[in-house]
This record gives sequence, C-alpha cells and structure tokens, in this order.
Amino acid sequence: MDLPKPNSEIIARKPQIVALLQVVLPDDAVIYDEHEVKAYECDALASYRCPPMIVVLPSSTEEVAAVLKICHAEGVPVVPRGSGTSLAGGALPTADSVVLGVSKLNKALEINYDDRYIRVQSGRTNLSVTGAVEALDFFYAPDPSSQLACAIAGNIAMNSGGAHCLKYGVTTNNLLGVKMVTMEGEVMDIGGAHLDAASYDLLGLICGSEGQLGVVTEATLRILHKPEGARPVLIGYDSNEVAGACVSDIIQAGVLPVAIEFMDRPVIRAAENFVGAGYPDVEALLIVEVEGSEAEIDEQLALITEIAKRHNPVELRESQSAGESAAIWAGRKVAFGAMGQISDYMCLDGTIPVSQLPLVLGRITELSEEYGLDVGNVFHAGDGNMHPLILYDANKQGDLETCEKMGAEILKLCVEVGGCLTGEHGVGIEKRDLMTTQYTDVDIECQLRVKDVFDAKWLLNPAKVFPLAATESRRT
Amino acid sequence: MMKPTSEVDLAEAIASTTGPVRIVGGDTRQIGNPVKGEVLNTSGLSGITLYEPGALTMVARAGTPLMEIEAALAAEGQRLPFEPSDMRAIYGASGQSTIGGVVATNSSGPRRIQAGACRDSLIGVRFVDGQGQIVKNGGRVMKNVTGYDLVKLMAGSHGTLGILTEVSFKVSPAPEASSTVMVEGLSDTDAVTAMSAALGSPFDVNGVAHINGRTVIRVEGLDGLVKYRAAKLVDKIGGVVVDFDWGAVQNIGDIAGREGDIWRFSVKPSDGPKLGAALRAAGATEVVYDWGGGLIWALSPKGDDMRSAMGSISGNATLIRGEGHPVFQPEAKEIEFLNTGLRAKFDPRNILNAGRMG
Ligand SMILES: Cc1cc2nc3c(=O)[nH]c(=O)nc-3n(C[C@H](O)[C@H](O)[C@H](O)COP(=O)(O)OP(=O)(O)OC[C@H]3O[C@@H](n4cnc5c(N)ncnc54)[C@H](O)[C@@H]3O)c2cc1C
Repeated sequence: MDLPKPNSEIIARKPQIVALLQVVLPDDAVIYDEHEVKAYECDALASYRCPPMIVVLPSSTEEVAAVLKICHAEGVPVVPRGSGTSLAGGALPTADSVVLGVSKLNKALEINYDDRYIRVQSGRTNLSVTGAVEALDFFYAPDPSSQLACAIAGNIAMNSGGAHCLKYGVTTNNLLGVKMVTMEGEVMDIGGAHLDAASYDLLGLICGSEGQLGVVTEATLRILHKPEGARPVLIGYDSNEVAGACVSDIIQAGVLPVAIEFMDRPVIRAAENFVGAGYPDVEALLIVEVEGSEAEIDEQLALITEIAKRHNPVELRESQSAGESAAIWAGRKVAFGAMGQISDYMCLDGTIPVSQLPLVLGRITELSEEYGLDVGNVFHAGDGNMHPLILYDANKQGDLETCEKMGAEILKLCVEVGGCLTGEHGVGIEKRDLMTTQYTDVDIECQLRVKDVFDAKWLLNPAKVFPLAATESRRT
Repeated sequence: MMKPTSEVDLAEAIASTTGPVRIVGGDTRQIGNPVKGEVLNTSGLSGITLYEPGALTMVARAGTPLMEIEAALAAEGQRLPFEPSDMRAIYGASGQSTIGGVVATNSSGPRRIQAGACRDSLIGVRFVDGQGQIVKNGGRVMKNVTGYDLVKLMAGSHGTLGILTEVSFKVSPAPEASSTVMVEGLSDTDAVTAMSAALGSPFDVNGVAHINGRTVIRVEGLDGLVKYRAAKLVDKIGGVVVDFDWGAVQNIGDIAGREGDIWRFSVKPSDGPKLGAALRAAGATEVVYDWGGGLIWALSPKGDDMRSAMGSISGNATLIRGEGHPVFQPEAKEIEFLNTGLRAKFDPRNILNAGRMG
C-alpha cells in the first residue's frame, strides 16, 4: 500500500512548529523526540507503521482548537487519534504530520438519567461510559469487542458497531450530539440532548467521517436501562451454509434477538484452545441472545430453538445459568485474540445481504484454497457483517501481499453480491483503493466536496478513505 | 411540469434545465417556505425494487406511495420501524404520500423514541444533484461505514441537496401484540416524570405521549411479553391498560384539522413541561407531548411567535403550518456556514427547492 510522500518542507520546519505548539500546550503535552513519537507509529493495523513528526496530547477543547489553528496556519497535516485500535489504519500517521491524541480528554461531564444521556469527553473509553452509569443499571449500547481500550472518539469517527447492534443500532443511532473543532480551530456544538437536527443532519455526517471533517472533543450519548435479563443459546451445525440459512429464518420469524454471532471451525477450535469455553467441535456455531424477563426469554428462545431444530443442529445448548451464559460468550469474546495466538491475520469487515451468506462463505473457502492461506470466520451474522480472518506469516516474504490480494477479492465479492467493503471498521488506508469498486467517480467526488466544505485545505487526516489519486490535487 | 419515468431521464432534465425546480412527491408534507419553480413530479419513479424479508431490507423508488410500501411490508409481517406520520390533515392535502417525501422530511412518529428516526432506518440513497449528476451513497445492507454517510445528510434535507430517486431501509418485524397503559389527570410535570420513569425502565416502551390530560405508554412484541410488561408498567406508574389509537399522537389527529398555526419543538424531555407552560402563556391553545416530553406540538393563534417561548431552553422549533416566522430554527453561524457550503456543493446553481429551508 502506498503512503503519500511526506512534505520535506514541513519536516524542515519541525523546530518552529514544536515551538509554536509549546506556547499553547504544557511541555509534557508536546512529544517530538524521535524515539518517543514511535509509540504512535501505528494503530491495530500494525503491518503499516510510520512515526509522526510530532504528537500532541491536549487536555481541553480550547487546547485542541489552539493546536488546530497553528497547524492550519502552518499547513501541517493532523491525524486525530483516540486509542489507536483502528483495524483500518485510520490513525496511521504520515512523517510530516502532527498526531492529535485525545487520551487526556477522558472525563464524564454530565449524567442525566431522566433524559437518558451522558456527556463525556471523547477520549473516554467505550467501556467506561457504561461504567459511569452502571450503578443505576444503565448502559451505553454500542459494544465493539475492543471496548476496554477503544475511545468514544474513535467509535464516532468509525461509526463502530458491536455484537448487540442488531437490536440497539451502531454508534450513529446512539449519538445525540458532539462538540467538534474544525481544522481552522473553530469550536461548534452539533446536536445535543434533544433529538434530531433543526436543519441538515451534520451529526449523521460527522459520525463515520474517519477524522476527516473535524476533531470531536465531547459527545452526548444515549443511555438505556438494562433489560431484566439476557440469555444466549448455542447452536452447532455441520455446515456453514445450513447455519447461514438458520440465521435468515430466525430473522424472518418476527423475533429480533439482540445478537446473532457466527463462528466457523477454525475459530471455534482456536477459541476453545484459548479459553476452554466447552464449545463442540463442529463446522459452524451460532450464538443467539435474547433479552427480557425470565418468561419473555423462555418464550423467545422457544421460538428460536424450534427454528434451529428444523435445520437439524448437531448441538443445541440453552444456557441454564449465568455461568453457562458467560461460557457461551467467553469463546466469542476472545476469538480475535485466540486467532492472533495462532498466526498473524488480516481481519476483513465486508457486509453482505444475509441471504448471500451461504454463497459468500462457500466462495471464501474456494479462495482460501486458491491462495493457499487459511481463513477463519467470526462475525455478526444477524446483520451480514462478516469478519473473515485471513491467516498469514508476517515473516514470510510476500505472504502479506498475497493475503491483501485475497482480502481484496473477498471484499469485491461482498460488493458484487450487494454488500459493502466495510461494515464497522472503516476504510482508513486499508480499503482506500477499493472504494472505486463500490462507488463511481461521481459518488466519490460528491464525498470529496463534503470534505472541501469542512476542511478546505485538506489537512485533517488527508490520506485516508479515498484513493490517493482521487485526492492528490486537493492534498497538494 | 416535469415527470421523468427513469433516473436517467431525471438527471438529463435537471442537467438541461435552468431552473428553478419545485420537487413534488404526493404534496402531502408541505413543510418549509413556499418554493417557486417548475414542478418536478416524482410519481413516475415508482415501485419497490427489492424486498428481502429474510434480510429485513427494502429498496424502493422515491415516488412509491407510502401506502404501497406499508402494504408490502404488512403482507410479510414487517413494518417501517420509525412510524412516519400522515400530515394530510395538517395541510388539507389529499394526495398520496410518497416514500421520497417521508425521507426528505425525515418523518418519524412516536416510535422514534425507541426505534430511531427515519434517518436511522435509512441505509441507502440514490439521488440526482443540482447539476444533474446521479449519486449513490450507502446501499442495501444494515451495516455500512464505507465512505461518508450522505444517507443521513439527505434525510431531512427537504429536497435542497438533491432529488431522491431510490431509498433503502432496514425494516423490522411487526409485533404480535401491542398494549397501551393510560394514566389520566396528570399535570404536564407529573406526566413527564411518569414518562421518564417508563422510558428509564427495562420494559422497552416504544410510545410515550401526553395528550388531552391522558398519559399513554405503549409496549409491543410477543403476546405474553406485552401483557407482562404492561402489568409491570401499571405497577410502576399506575393507570390502566386501554385500547388507544396512536394515530392521535402520530398524526396529531386532534389538532391537525383545526384553525391556527402548528409548531413543533424538539427539546430534552425534562424541559418539556417548562416549555409547555411557556407556550400556553404565549397563547398556545393546545399542547401535545410525544417522545416522553421531548417532542411538543403546539396549536396557536395565526401569526403569533411561539419560538420565543423557548427562551434559554436548547433544542429547536419548526413552524409546521403558518407564516410570518422562519420555518426552521436559525442555526448558529458556524453551523450555518457549513450548511451553506454543503448546499453550494450539491446544488451550485441553487435551483432545487430554492429557499425551502430559508
Ligand atoms: C481486537 C479488536 C476488536 C475490535 N472489535 C471491533 C468491533 O467489534 N466493532 C467495531 O466496530 N470495531 C472494532 N474494532 C476496531 C476499533 O476498535 C474501532 O474502530 C474503534 O472505534 C477505534 O477507536 P480508537 O479510539 O482506538 O480510534 P483510533 O484507532 O485511535 O482512530 C480511529 C479513527 O478515528 C479517528 N479519530 C480518533 N479520534 C478522533 C477525534 N477526536 N476526532 C475525530 N476523529 C478521531 C482517527 O483519525 C481514525 O481515523 C476492533 C479492534 C480491535 C483491535
């Protein structure tokens, strides 16, 4: 993957730029030592690394605005960063950039249970948002697997999802407002504790814009009361296709589970070895979770198991206790980590219409043979958001390239069958060049014009999301 | 009048016109300033293009009648999650609401409080911009973060950024049963307290309104589930289980056909009673609360300014029917700057529904 050539003229001015930043930030909030900036050289797409020129860690919206004003005036690219868990290279710096990390902005500012929202600074981690309201049995619904580490800032930038978004929606459906600073350093409030915009839905536009339209410093998030209870059922099948068909039938049956998760044999085995969740050794496992009172759960699970049985499952295990529920989820929760123990992997994120699951799973198996790389599948089946994990060996010459080629094939297939390149991880650098498979030049140009409005000089995370060739004239 | 029968024809018509153009679906949602220009009727772009009940997705051309969509969904035991309102009584209109009009106005009913607005169910759009270019964004899958989310931007843009040609939705199963708990005689303040308690409960309520001295709370789902939840809600806030026509809330049935101006306010629910009182003091004759108190409809004497009743309360006011005041809440200047910038990019000649949003 190409990265744009850093602007040597900017790098030559590094001492002056550092000096300017030191005027508006405390000394320890400006990191410019060559070794120290290395800590910020990549996100979770760790096969791509590039230390930034400078890192700043502001502690207030005012400091963020001051930094952006300087960078705007000096023509320096800025890469916003939350916790650096992006799987798409969204937070990958360039050598001429200032990384603006919001990790010090981590406070909960206001909690309002009557109106069901919480206002937080954007560097706060996803899990600690729920942590702040849990005592009164409330929670923040979007739950990416990375929730212990990832920041609300990154969640908003990527419009992140999670296992339970089949019922509760993704970040954009749970975001009420933001405080945002534009590249010019202008601070604005978009949305708030009330619902819906007075005019254009700028909030909807900001969410998922991958740090290219503004730096979010605060967010107002919807919180919900926890359900009375939740219970999963584990269903095993001897073929991926049958499991896929079962998912489709459950969705059509009129009961909407909070989650339907899918794992195939390679992932089941890896997860089992990792935590000993007691998973059966089958081709495909579904975890279907429903919520409500005990009686409600029984009623819903009865319906779901009846559907599951029609497809002749080899295993059907309804959780009988909190311990069993935890065990059912345990393997799914560590699936990515468990696969990481076995091998390097690249995690794809294409979404497909649920009806195409059997076809796409079959085709992935074929591609796996063609390219000679193993694949594990673990994903949110209810909404068709797939996560094929392609295993490769980072130390083997050419393996990463083969893996990327195969990944591109799978993503193109997702688009071909009516889906998209990315369901929740974002485009970043990773899928930048594939954008043209999903969108025409006109579609892309329309999006570029949006960025022109927010960031006329194209300084905010400029080398992401779109093919470099499409943005070159704007960036230079 | 232009009445294209395909997206390509529409694109050509826009590319070759010098404008201005007034976009009309069923002409049943006449929100916004009056627009001058040649009428562009979308009814030639009609029909459901894809419906996969098993994937909870529907794609339809923008001129498709809402009724047709709702009927197709009902036949499969599904529905639009966001409960769009019927505004014909408000405007004395007799046409057929189209799905494009629903999206352009981001129309959402009582269920918005739980299932989200139209924009939350909308997963893809195709539109023709002000230069006659065909643009698509999003698609037909529920999870899609590929590129910027112009889908949300188009929802509620009242035809000022482009002419929608096709829209895709995430739909939901229709519930087996529905039940409403009603408490009578609560003051506005007590009603909002009760509604907040219901919304802050684990019972997944999806309609919460206070209208004509009656506070109503709705739960929907499997039969047994609904009975159980309704009983729990009665324990919590009192009242009784009743048959209730939610059309009275969804379409503000009681005030829609009456003389006077109609205003719509979105505030945080706990500010509702204060705003309701201020509206009454300013001359409003009817005040209806939806969304747990966060959405307020007011009927007021013609020409009177109700927006100023908001005082320092944050949120927004829209003049749904009436004249003499800005229809949409004036935005802060930095937001207005972005809005103007976007409009100039999407419709540089300023020909699409020019002036509609102010
Ligand atoms: C093990 C693992 C599991 C994961 N599971 C999931 C999952 O289930 N669902 C899911 O959706 N994702 C998942 N992810 C991906 C990742 O965690 C999410 O994309 C997350 O939202 C990124 O948050 P972050 O704070 O780490 O952001 P970063 O990686 O720091 O940045 C991500 C993007 O946000 C931008 N950004 C950061 N801060 C700001 C700001 N203040 N203003 C504007 N833009 C900003 C960055 O420029 C970048 O483009 C997973 C990742 C890992 C490593």
